[in-house]
Amino acid sequence: MDEQDERRTADLQLLAALRAGDEAVFNALVEQLYSSMVRIAMIYTSSQAVAEDVVQETWIAVLRGLDRFEGRSSLKTWIFTILTNRAKTRAQREARYVPLELPDENESEPAVESERFTATHHWRVDAMPGNWEGVPEDRLLSGETQRLILEAIDALPPNQREVIRLRDIEDFTSADVCNILNISETNQRVLLHRARSKVRRALESYLSQ
Amino acid sequence: MSDETLSCQELVELVTEYLEETLPPDARARFEQHLSKCRGCHQYVEQMRVTIRLTGMLTEDALDSRARDTLLDAFRRWKQE
Ligand SMILES: [Zn+2]
Repeated sequence: MDEQDERRTADLQLLAALRAGDEAVFNALVEQLYSSMVRIAMIYTSSQAVAEDVVQETWIAVLRGLDRFEGRSSLKTWIFTILTNRAKTRAQREARYVPLELPDENESEPAVESERFTATHHWRVDAMPGNWEGVPEDRLLSGETQRLILEAIDALPPNQREVIRLRDIEDFTSADVCNILNISETNQRVLLHRARSKVRRALESYLSQ
Repeated sequence: MSDETLSCQELVELVTEYLEETLPPDARARFEQHLSKCRGCHQYVEQMRVTIRLTGMLTEDALDSRARDTLLDAFRRWKQE
């Protein structure tokens, strides 16, 4: 069985249990997805409270829609699509909806400051990226490093933040993210590239201290 | 494969396409050739891999129990509909 078949089988079992009203299965699914859903909703809404409200609404919509779910995408992708649509609708109602800005390819946003390169575009000897293999794993996984990464993600423009969260934190595939956000593969990749580059930069300046 | 070479500054802009495996074969070959000869770029790509791995390991906030109770209520109401 390939990965996709396994996912489909798991989704079908999950669906059957939900339709049968299995509370333990419902709770486990909520537990698994809840905080990611709130974080994603927060991108569109004004406050944590509104985001949580949108997440509640989404679960109710999910339950009502269970019979219509056709399994073309995974259950998780389907739930996140409902979530982002609801969050956008809510933000529009609050009149604070700013459409997700697509990356401007011409707008230069270099991954690395140009001062670090020579006139021939190679690394300057004194500005070469360091070797992180020597950094102890304890330091990489410390609470302080985690906070730093979260802060770097929070400081990103909303479109980049959303893509990096879905891809690198929630572990969605690029095809899923394109579906959820309704953007092209190319836009998805540009946004991801800009987001990851900035998080790397933040880590680099922190780790070199 | 074209013999056009890649500069370090160009390479850092292609890292995501490289890691996503969306570079066309000739561009991928040029990328890998540069990597094998350039310590700075090799370390840059490694830093990017670490960045992605660490981002993926961020711990989830525990689910607030009040929200869970509200959702469980919603689930019970839904069952009765
Ligand atoms: Zn190089």
